[in-house]
Amino acid sequence: MSEALLEVKDLVVHHGQLKAVDEVSFSLHVGEVLAMIGANGAGKSTLLGTIAGLHRQTSGSLYFDGVDISNVAPHRRVSMGVSLVPEGRRLFSSMTLQENLQVGAFHARKGPFNIERIYELFDWMPSRRRQRVWQLSGGEQQAVAIGRALVANPKLLLLDELSLGLAPIVIERIYGLVPEIVAQGVSILVVEQDVSQGLAVADRVHCLLEGKTSLTGVPADFTPEQVERAYFGAGLAVATTHEGES
Amino acid sequence: MVWLNVLVQGVLIGGFYALFACGLSLMFGVLKVINLAHGDMAVVAGYVAVFLTPHLHLPEVWSFLVVVPIFALVGYVLQRTLIQKSIDRDPFTTLLVTFGLSVVIENLLLEIYSANGQTVNIGDLIAKSWHPASIIYVSYVSLAVLGTAVLVLFLLQLFLSKSGTGRLIRAVADDREAAQLSGANYRHIFGVAASLAFATVALAGIAYGMMTQFAPTSGGVNLLFAFEAVVIGGIGSLWGTLVGGIALGIAQQFGAHINPQYQILAGNILFLAVLAVRPQGLFGRRTSLA
Repeated sequence: MSEALLEVKDLVVHHGQLKAVDEVSFSLHVGEVLAMIGANGAGKSTLLGTIAGLHRQTSGSLYFDGVDISNVAPHRRVSMGVSLVPEGRRLFSSMTLQENLQVGAFHARKGPFNIERIYELFDWMPSRRRQRVWQLSGGEQQAVAIGRALVANPKLLLLDELSLGLAPIVIERIYGLVPEIVAQGVSILVVEQDVSQGLAVADRVHCLLEGKTSLTGVPADFTPEQVERAYFGAGLAVATTHEGES
Repeated sequence: MVWLNVLVQGVLIGGFYALFACGLSLMFGVLKVINLAHGDMAVVAGYVAVFLTPHLHLPEVWSFLVVVPIFALVGYVLQRTLIQKSIDRDPFTTLLVTFGLSVVIENLLLEIYSANGQTVNIGDLIAKSWHPASIIYVSYVSLAVLGTAVLVLFLLQLFLSKSGTGRLIRAVADDREAAQLSGANYRHIFGVAASLAFATVALAGIAYGMMTQFAPTSGGVNLLFAFEAVVIGGIGSLWGTLVGGIALGIAQQFGAHINPQYQILAGNILFLAVLAVRPQGLFGRRTSLA
């Protein structure tokens, strides 16, 4: 197995009094797609936010590309190669489609993606690049949010709840892009409530339940019942396959 | 014809209000900070122009060449230190801190320069005017200030819409966290925005000193007019600020023409009317992503 791009060790994150992430450890390898699944409030988004630098960990450590990034500011993490597509898109609402991408490209690292490349990836964009983003549909806004993160040329792309509020056909189309992005050398950590979608695109899956790891391994190795138990609770035993250990 | 002159004078003074207000608009729009020391900063700029430029053997008319860069630097430093510290605590702290700053500045100026009125000396230019019709006088100074206001707003707008840094400023104003996720150091961007705001307030302070006398406590009433201009025009819209300033100027001049006591009252009535009928201001936007 190749070297770890992201190494999360015993991570604990609090939301006020609430322990949102409870001693979670995992690693993500170069070129890998890891799906983080779990019910609402399981701590998935908090975990992603902490990796991107928006939340501070209470304890534990984060290594990216061999460097401890636990105390690095979020904008510095972007220039190191970590980009987050936040839950709810969070586009710059007073700006046009193109301006949103330009903001993403301003501090970009060197790499395969630029605005032209994003326009190839989403061929509907060029003709609508001067439109304000609030005029776009939910799926289109999600595409802009992905494009804005990709133009920064991340090594690690963090995707938070892409499916939220979108029609199934649109979700399928957006997840259809994952192989193309991975082919450019980008590793992906995807957080999803929609389990089937998460399992379909992932090389490995990591399930959170009330902030704790409840299951980790290769999707094919688990029965739906095992996943269901890890997702909803009822017997909190950590199920691990041998491939999952790294 | 009398009314036409009132209108012309209103537009001219409105240009000054807009110049005064655009820094306030920028600070509020980007940093979400209501800078209660804004008016006092302008007054400080006036004092710097009056008392520093003679040492540099520079005519006071050209004092802005020195004062504006100084203020841009001061704006950046003040933002990265005092104001950022108060933003980090909570929004109300910024009100207290800038209010405190205002009190400190006024008293320091009183202590050092006394309460005597000062003017930025521009020689006999102050009395010259263009006289297009029998009772219409267009003072060259006021015209220059209006021209400066339009130019400053145009350049600011151009900077915000076309330059990379300008786009980042708007991005931070829209969504600070999302801007960080796009690699923007929002503290630095805040500093740049504050720097621009302070540069414009320096221009406004010098313009004020050219048009009339100022004293350590002149900041307050001008801050009030600047607030009104921003709210009438719509928060976040620079051209709205120009229109707001001019609307306020015209209302005040019409009020004053009816009875000199009504000058400020008429401006306040317009302000309240806009708040009642169109709270987001004439050019304010109320759009957000669903």
